[in-house]
Amino acid sequence: MLEIRNMDVHYGVIHVLKGISFMVNDGEIVTLIGANGAGKTTTLRTISGLKKPRNGTILLDGEDITATSAQERVKRGISHAPEGRRIFPDMTVLENLELGAYLRKDKEGITRDLKMVYEHFPILSDRKKQLAGTLSGGEQQMLAIGRALMSRPKILFLDEPSMGLAPFLVQEIFNIIKNINKAGTTILLVEQNASMALQVAHRAYVLETGSIVLSGTGSELMQSDEIKKAYLGG
Amino acid sequence: MKKIFEKQAVRKLIFLALTFIIVQLLIYADIIDAYLQNTLTAICINIILAVSLNLITGFTGQFSLGHAGFMSIGAYTCAIITLRMPTIFGFFLGVFAGAIFAALVGFIVGLPTLRLRGDYLAIATLGMAEIIRIIFINLKITNGAAGLQNIPRFTNWTWLFIFMVGTVLLITNFLKSTHGRACIAIREDEIAADSMGINTTKYKVIAFIIGAFCAGIAGALYASYFYFLKPNIFDFLKSVNVLVIVVLGGLGSVSGSILAAILLEIISTFLQSFSELRMVIYALLLVVIMLFRPQGLMGSKEVTLAVFNRLGGNLKSGMSKLEQRFKSKKGRV
Repeated sequence: MLEIRNMDVHYGVIHVLKGISFMVNDGEIVTLIGANGAGKTTTLRTISGLKKPRNGTILLDGEDITATSAQERVKRGISHAPEGRRIFPDMTVLENLELGAYLRKDKEGITRDLKMVYEHFPILSDRKKQLAGTLSGGEQQMLAIGRALMSRPKILFLDEPSMGLAPFLVQEIFNIIKNINKAGTTILLVEQNASMALQVAHRAYVLETGSIVLSGTGSELMQSDEIKKAYLGG
Repeated sequence: MKKIFEKQAVRKLIFLALTFIIVQLLIYADIIDAYLQNTLTAICINIILAVSLNLITGFTGQFSLGHAGFMSIGAYTCAIITLRMPTIFGFFLGVFAGAIFAALVGFIVGLPTLRLRGDYLAIATLGMAEIIRIIFINLKITNGAAGLQNIPRFTNWTWLFIFMVGTVLLITNFLKSTHGRACIAIREDEIAADSMGINTTKYKVIAFIIGAFCAGIAGALYASYFYFLKPNIFDFLKSVNVLVIVVLGGLGSVSGSILAAILLEIISTFLQSFSELRMVIYALLLVVIMLFRPQGLMGSKEVTLAVFNRLGGNLKSGMSKLEQRFKSKKGRV
């Protein structure tokens, strides 16, 4: 579904991503794990069009989308729940979700997807008239994921969905991520919480200072000594 | 649903018509004399300026200090046209040419500068307004620093009212549309708006163009009322004054801008008699208001005509509560 070939990204003179290549197949949950500053968020931002790569190709369903705008990529089915939630605080929960469907014109489809989001996150349905800024951290994260789902993506990017959440909430969010995936959405997940991410992911890539150093299935990497030492604290 | 909407529209229309007629009658009766008419004109022009700047700064979140620049373009365009064509047709041509010219400059300036954020954008727009002012000082057609005199007067209460209501309607309708939603999303979080597929640059530029267009109208009305124009009228302080109205009324509240424009102009008219202390008192008032209402008079809320309904409703429920209390007391006795 999504293929990245030799992507180079720079911030000014800093070479952040050094020719990374990876792919996400239809129906998978793929996770990118790595330490702070490894380039995980930059990878997502570049694929969703918020940052321009210097070299490399991004293919979506076999088509080259490297030169397209962020809007065009949303239309083509890439949806990004950015790092730190970034919900619209002074708008209601419902308005946030409606903005997720900003580029869509099919009213019926939007209503259907709104229902689908409420099924995944019943709490959002209870709070639809509430200002999003007054939600708790976990609820805001749910809203960010729900909002990203409202564009009816083929592939959903989740950037650190566990950030700043209590452990039981992290568990809940990851269960919902699994459910969303089972319902047919491909997911590219970026996480610092490597053990959680590896548990839900079909496959994983390990990013270290801008290069992919390891890859494999989630369970393979869980067993790897290197990963255990560096990311799983054992 | 539709009926309620129509009822509201009718009510709005009646409210507007009454406002217009009452003020018009007061002018006829000379209760609003020539001096107060200046105040009235300043209020209307400030409402247009503040509401349009609120679209840029309050709703789209782009901190602009260039509103006086756009206003001056409208003013000079209208003045130059009506000086050569002193007819009502010339006035219309002047207003619309001024507005379009201001919008065009807004577009040209906005495209590169709206990539900047926060303070940087403020500095860039401030620079733009200064450049426009200096161009007007050095042009022959604007008569340099001496300015233009004897500009024919066409602006009166009728035109002020029409253009003011037109501007407010244009901007409130824009804000209610999907485009308005997109602008507010940009203010709330630009990166998130970007990743929702909103073309943030496009909407920032659109907000800037509409704001500049309306500022151009305000400038044209100004030129056609006060007979006289010089570049220094449109300096940094003028932009700041408009910003003060917007912040005082509440960033993101159209009705707040309107209220603040009226309030500030009335205050400054009353303070005319304390000439030396005037600016001190004015500034002090601003400080006090900002201390007690940092979010502005209205915050981001709007007053609508529904206020009257609610007042009526409160009165009714209050009365019935009193009645109940009265009855229950009676029962005890």
